[in-house]
Amino acid sequence: MGREAVKPQQQQGQAAGYTVEQLVAFNRYNPDILPDLENYVNDQVSSQTYSLESNLCLLRLYQFEPEKTSSQIVARILVKALMAMPAPDFSLCLFLIPERVQMEEQFKTLIVLSHYLETGRFRQFWDEAAKSRHIVEAVPGFEQAIQGYAIHVLSLTYQKIPRTVLAEAINIEGLSLDKFLEHQVANCGWVIEKSQTRGQLIVLPRNEFNDPILKKNTADSVPLEHVTRIFPILS
Amino acid sequence: MANDHEEQRLQSQDLGYDPNFVPDSVKSFVVHLYRHIREKNVYEIHQMYETSFQTLSERLFKDTPWPSVDAVAHYVDNDHVFCLLYREMWFRHLYARLTPTLRQRIDSWDNYCSLFQVVLHGVVNMQLPNQWLWDMVDEFVYQFQSFCQYRAKMKNKTEQEIALLRQFDQAWNVFGVLNFLQALVEKSAIIQILEQEKEGGEQFTATDGYDYNGGSNVLKVLGYFSMVGLLRVHCLLGDYHTGLKCLQPIDISLPGVYTSVIGSHITTIYHYGFANLMLRRYVEAIREFNKILLYIFKTKVYHQKSPQYEQILKKNEQMYALLAISLSLCPQSRLVDETVNSQLREKYGEKMNRMQRYDDEAFAIYDELFSYACPKFITPSAPSFEEPLVNYNQDAYRLQLKLFLYEAKQQQLLSGLRTFLKVYSTISLAKLASYMEVDESTLRTILMTYKHKTHAVDSAGKVISNADVDFYIDDDTIHVVESKPAKRYGDYFLRQIVKLEGVINEMDSIKLE
Repeated sequence: MGREAVKPQQQQGQAAGYTVEQLVAFNRYNPDILPDLENYVNDQVSSQTYSLESNLCLLRLYQFEPEKTSSQIVARILVKALMAMPAPDFSLCLFLIPERVQMEEQFKTLIVLSHYLETGRFRQFWDEAAKSRHIVEAVPGFEQAIQGYAIHVLSLTYQKIPRTVLAEAINIEGLSLDKFLEHQVANCGWVIEKSQTRGQLIVLPRNEFNDPILKKNTADSVPLEHVTRIFPILS
Repeated sequence: MANDHEEQRLQSQDLGYDPNFVPDSVKSFVVHLYRHIREKNVYEIHQMYETSFQTLSERLFKDTPWPSVDAVAHYVDNDHVFCLLYREMWFRHLYARLTPTLRQRIDSWDNYCSLFQVVLHGVVNMQLPNQWLWDMVDEFVYQFQSFCQYRAKMKNKTEQEIALLRQFDQAWNVFGVLNFLQALVEKSAIIQILEQEKEGGEQFTATDGYDYNGGSNVLKVLGYFSMVGLLRVHCLLGDYHTGLKCLQPIDISLPGVYTSVIGSHITTIYHYGFANLMLRRYVEAIREFNKILLYIFKTKVYHQKSPQYEQILKKNEQMYALLAISLSLCPQSRLVDETVNSQLREKYGEKMNRMQRYDDEAFAIYDELFSYACPKFITPSAPSFEEPLVNYNQDAYRLQLKLFLYEAKQQQLLSGLRTFLKVYSTISLAKLASYMEVDESTLRTILMTYKHKTHAVDSAGKVISNADVDFYIDDDTIHVVESKPAKRYGDYFLRQIVKLEGVINEMDSIKLE
């Protein structure tokens, strides 16, 4: 969910025409691929793609040779990792970034933003993000990605959600929200209901996490490998 | 290298022992071991390696090193590979019983380089016991970790040590360590072998990695264990995602070569479980800790005499602590076997109760258990020799601890929420908010936090529920989903069928007079 497919791209400066994905797969413990990986981060930003593997590989190289660390690149990796929520990528990156680097102001801000997302405090998140435009707006697609995450959590939690609660979580209001809802109704199976007491209620599509009936009962199924154990007996 | 020998000889005068004196029992040991290796007698090699080496160490080398390799070389035709193996054991014994000097650390690194290069070039035709091959990888990673810890304590370094560190900056360099392990994995083609094995093409697991057709098992099995080595190194670096990725070719839901050596089995599951814990995949961590703890409980009596026994017990205790943490964050005790559960209650029952409270005292216990049970994290980079020399050996550990506690704090309100969800089938948001003494919009954030934290997303983007209690919200009413304990009838019946078949077969084989 919310994860873009990775498009390996050719770019200048790469050793012997290997893609970055190939470098990460076969040459990942090589300090010489560092510039390629840095370029690739910028590529991911401009082309709205994402590769956790190559970004972790780069953070690892920074960890091995801290003097080569570029704060600007680390910041971009972290913004990209926030955009990958609900995946735990942001923590995965922080585990590799030395504490003294994390003390930089821009990283502190990003850590606060991550904290709000991790604890479902979308109102505070959007307020804080608005104050830090220079960091997050450097990465196209940021807003949509976070909205995607918000909708993911809401879909796990709600069957029917008041319009105001939705508006706060995805930070869209008024006419823009009407337009957004129209789109979701047409494409994603959302339904709009009128509540008796208050405004609109949005009915989110059912899934196994917000509807017990759809929950697959794994307990009743037996994997094939287990059944194979009795094949010799049955034959 | 003539200077080195001269240096050693001069040193020996102050050592209080003669590194070149070879007692008869040692002479007989190397001669026999050498012969068994040449004859590919794995059983005898294993006996000598596991038993004789320990007995001799205990009797003759309690607090001195074994005789130097130069002193024994002529008993074994100066065999190059044998001498490398001997030195590997020599250093391992030194690390275990004495404190290695910086020079010895560097020499041991050189020895591993030579040994692995010989293996990687495919000129080794021996068949060595899995235990020994595992110990090599295990010790290699241990000495790397030990070196990083040693180097990070810069404050008390002598000028001579600093000069050596600068001169031999390639020794135990993190790139070198990772590349050796990676090269062993690649050169052995072990990943492809395991793949083909699934289709019935190759035999590896069935023969425990041994080669019964006259070939050598050394590269293949070293490659195999190197995957576990990579998992461990990545965990030491805080790179849990990559660590798990390195282990992926091994299917840990089944027994395999990694379970053929108890040390490897425990190391694999300890790090696998720890990485999953850090990735918030609690159910997976609990399941695997439970399995191995049960296994250790049932089998530890057989390992009492093993040199690894103490290590087994220590990891056993650490994994109980990790299980206590996992269950506190994700209270699914139905995943835990009765035996393991009663051990756990005995060891951590009281602490686990206090951890549920999520007050300062509770966090102090999270801190205590994590610190006790976590891997010995390392900072892999060399110090900057220009800046004032400071100790940085605790940095990596402190960072991982801080981030873990941060996670635990983000979950602190969930425990209270659980308590209420367990006693209601439906409850309005307003009512629950007043019970929890928060406003309604805060309650909504807590409910979403619960959903987010209990639903992990795997690398393919699939959502996996770790929730013990679940719910959904319809407008402003919370509906609690009753969690029924999963009864595994299917598995139960399958096991009974196999058992019955066994009984019938046994009865058939009894001849009545």
